[in-house]
Amino acid sequence: MSTWSRNNRLPALATLALTLTAAAIALIFFYAPLDEDGLNQKIFYFHVPIAFTAYGCFAWGGWKALRHLWKGEDGADLESYVAIHLGVIFGVLTLVTGSIWARYRWGHWWVWSEDQLVLFLVLFLFYCAYFMLRFSVPPGPQRANLSAVYALFGVVLIPVSVLAIRLSERFIHPVAFDKGGPNMAGSQFFTFCVSCAAMFSLAATLYNLELVGKRLDMRLRELREALQ
Amino acid sequence: MNYLADVGALARKDLLLELRARDTLPAMLLFVVSALVVFHFVLPAGSSDLAATGLLWVALLFTALLGLSRAFAAEREQGVIDGLVLAPSDRSAIWLGKALSILAFLALAELIALPAFALFFRHIDGTLVGGVALADVGIAAVGTLLAAMAAASRARELLLPLLFLPLAIPIVVGGVGASVADDPARYLGLLGLYDALFAIICWASFEYVVTE
Amino acid sequence: MSTEEKYVAAVYLIVFVVLLAYVLIIALKLQRLERELAELVELAQRKAVAVG
Repeated sequence: MSTWSRNNRLPALATLALTLTAAAIALIFFYAPLDEDGLNQKIFYFHVPIAFTAYGCFAWGGWKALRHLWKGEDGADLESYVAIHLGVIFGVLTLVTGSIWARYRWGHWWVWSEDQLVLFLVLFLFYCAYFMLRFSVPPGPQRANLSAVYALFGVVLIPVSVLAIRLSERFIHPVAFDKGGPNMAGSQFFTFCVSCAAMFSLAATLYNLELVGKRLDMRLRELREALQ
Repeated sequence: MNYLADVGALARKDLLLELRARDTLPAMLLFVVSALVVFHFVLPAGSSDLAATGLLWVALLFTALLGLSRAFAAEREQGVIDGLVLAPSDRSAIWLGKALSILAFLALAELIALPAFALFFRHIDGTLVGGVALADVGIAAVGTLLAAMAAASRARELLLPLLFLPLAIPIVVGGVGASVADDPARYLGLLGLYDALFAIICWASFEYVVTE
Repeated sequence: MSTEEKYVAAVYLIVFVVLLAYVLIIALKLQRLERELAELVELAQRKAVAVG
């Protein structure tokens, strides 16, 4: 793909992200009706799309890792790294917004009864170890391979952890908390979808932005070496 | 047939080395018994047997980490990893051979640890032993691959626990669940699923971990 | 503002702040890249002068 079309994609993406985010916020506060849950829902409209986006980033990172290992695709390692980096940022946001939601709903800053929160805690630990791994191996094909294999482990870990966390509740928490399930009315669902789209496009914009920056960095370094 | 012969030879080599050096296994045995003793002092009065069972799994996990950190130590010290990788056998055979020897070490350590636990804390039953056995397979499979990764890094001993613990969470859930829950079958199933999934991807991806 | 509203506001505020932090980091990176580029241009010009 030529640099021109790559660079042109970024402003278009950014505009899309901006529009969708503005639309989402407008819908959340002026359109979506309040239900018995109260203002709880408003947090949900951000917290859940952010969580989905984080999963998406990790999945994309895993996909790029697979492309790197399997096809030896050029640049796939960098793209995998940036995707996972972004995934961790959205993951932290999920944990923080989730914690605020837990405080709002149950009065505690952390609850082990929320599967999503526990899963993100585990994933956060896992992907932080990804960065530790990456920074303790000198740059080169081996680092790319190790990172890719680990990223793929992450993708497999997600469903297994979901199962494990769900099973763990049976012997850890005899008291079952009720969850604010997504039984949404049509208008709420629409708002939710727009919110998801906004988060995805935001993530895509940030992903491309970071990639442009890193590639530029690499090429300047090459230029420097060529000149010296 | 050749593949299995390679695997067997590699596993046998590790076990023979340990038989002669006698450093890793005694350390693991001593560690697990010491840990169990410490746990006696950790549990406040009136703690249930269930808490003790949970702590057993902590002990097993960290004993495994101790053994795993030594997994590729011999190869690294002798500079032998390149030799192994260049050998005409399939690279995944290295993983399988090493994982089998780790599995043997874990089993031997547990041969002492489980009776000690029964002595110090509570009676153990078949499902607990079954859980431990299945968990061992998962720990050996994933741990061996992660040990190889850590061996390639500068941080080595520091890195292995960081890489291993998040992946060990499903194992712990499965193991503890099998030991304490009313329906251990689900948890044994979780362990089986984990073992199958991760053994396959470890086996398939090991070659990428050791090639440069 | 009721406590509930404060929590909702906190969530949106944090997301906003994180985004702005990201923008700041990218801006700093761009600054650094610009500086490097200027250095390299100078280096190239010097070489051109030396050769030609």
